[in-house]
Amino acid sequence: MSENLENINPKLYKKLDDREVTAEEQDDDVADEFDSREIFDIIRNINDPEHPLTLEELNVVEQNLIEVDNKKNKVDVKFTPTIPHCSMATLIGLSIRVQLLRALPARFKVSVEISPGTHVSEAAVNKQLADKERVAAALENSMLLGVINQCLAPKN
Amino acid sequence: MGTLELKQSLTGHRGRVWSVCWHPKGASLASCGEDKRIIIWGLEGPKWVTKMILTEGHSRTIRELAWSPCGNYIASASFDATIAVWDKKSGQFECNTTLEGHENEVKSVSWSMSGQLLATCSRDKSVWVWEVNDDEYECAAVINAHTQDVKKVRWHPHEEILASASYDNTVKIFKEDAADSDWSCIATLSSHTSTVWSLSWDKIGNRIATCSDDETVKIWREYKPGNDMGIVTPNNESIWKCICTLSGYHTRTIYDIDWCKTTGLLVTACGDDIIRIFKEDSDCDPHQPNFTMVCSIDRAHDQDVNCIQWNPTIPGQLASASDDSLVKIWFYNE
Repeated sequence: MSENLENINPKLYKKLDDREVTAEEQDDDVADEFDSREIFDIIRNINDPEHPLTLEELNVVEQNLIEVDNKKNKVDVKFTPTIPHCSMATLIGLSIRVQLLRALPARFKVSVEISPGTHVSEAAVNKQLADKERVAAALENSMLLGVINQCLAPKN
Repeated sequence: MGTLELKQSLTGHRGRVWSVCWHPKGASLASCGEDKRIIIWGLEGPKWVTKMILTEGHSRTIRELAWSPCGNYIASASFDATIAVWDKKSGQFECNTTLEGHENEVKSVSWSMSGQLLATCSRDKSVWVWEVNDDEYECAAVINAHTQDVKKVRWHPHEEILASASYDNTVKIFKEDAADSDWSCIATLSSHTSTVWSLSWDKIGNRIATCSDDETVKIWREYKPGNDMGIVTPNNESIWKCICTLSGYHTRTIYDIDWCKTTGLLVTACGDDIIRIFKEDSDCDPHQPNFTMVCSIDRAHDQDVNCIQWNPTIPGQLASASDDSLVKIWFYNE
């Protein structure tokens, strides 16, 4: 995206193996609840806005930072910017949010926040990501939506 | 405990419905949302039906609308940074005026009781006051008192005093200075710890209820210079004190609140899909009131409730708007 990368040499992390699909999950008669692994699978392949890498490879998203409460229809995702001054934090959070909005049933209340203590503007970014009115307005901005869609587009 | 009875679900909007507003006579209702349309609903026999659909006034989401006190105009605030004023001189509602000036999304719009002033606010942090003269709208003030996105503007029920709520966690009150006809901030209400989404004046206009992302409702009271309580009022201006906080009831952001001018009941719209009604205890100290939750409807909508408003003429009747694309009509029985 930008000419000068903020974090020139990010640390790479090993990707999780594909999930094994159980016989029960293939049985349409069994109610299949969302778990943190499924949510992780929805967001792990989002592209970083700067690097040709996924959020999983950069350890921005991790399965153990995802909480799902099916009864309360709650999905809470924490993400970890690669550096504490990352100017892309809001954009990354927004991409995660949009991906989950598109993939999950509308009943879910999704919250996307920065892992505590990992970003200098944590509170401000969290507040912006939690403000659905500002998120809605942002998504009507075609330029921004284009950038987000690029992050969400699957790699071949 | 009272009961809240669902009278009807109104379908017609595509996508999120942001706002509902009753006609001042209470016989019709207007709603708006992300589909960029305004729907006017009216009764046909016992049923609410679509009377009119207003389109092509805005190029983006319509965030809020407001009927003028005379009921002949509708003002709509949009993310497209404009405010449209619709009139029905031709028999049908048409958009004949578009107010421009805000730098980005307009979040709220409100008419003063006389209908002579219109207030608007925006993500550009400003509050604008427009003067209305024979269908001409002139900007009388641009007030830059907030430090963040302004979410809501609401006029005092009887006087030309304006309150605004903001992402900067405060509510501010504005009045025109008679000497130089400048609008200025005369009070800042600080206590909420996150975005204040909405506010509602009480019937008299000496109290305000506010609701916030901090999951609380607060009641504020005006203390005028020379008040009996001996509360000091610097600069000879009223001061506003938080006299009650309702916490522990709401589990997510509270997007809207409305204080019924006839019954005194408070109703809230919340991100946990619940509609709650609160009643002030009859025997409490006016300087330390208590409010009791008298009704709570789980899953009032399938998604966030964005807006809720008491009918101005039929006590107990409510309209709500939600992300689930529905408008609902309710009746509260004590």
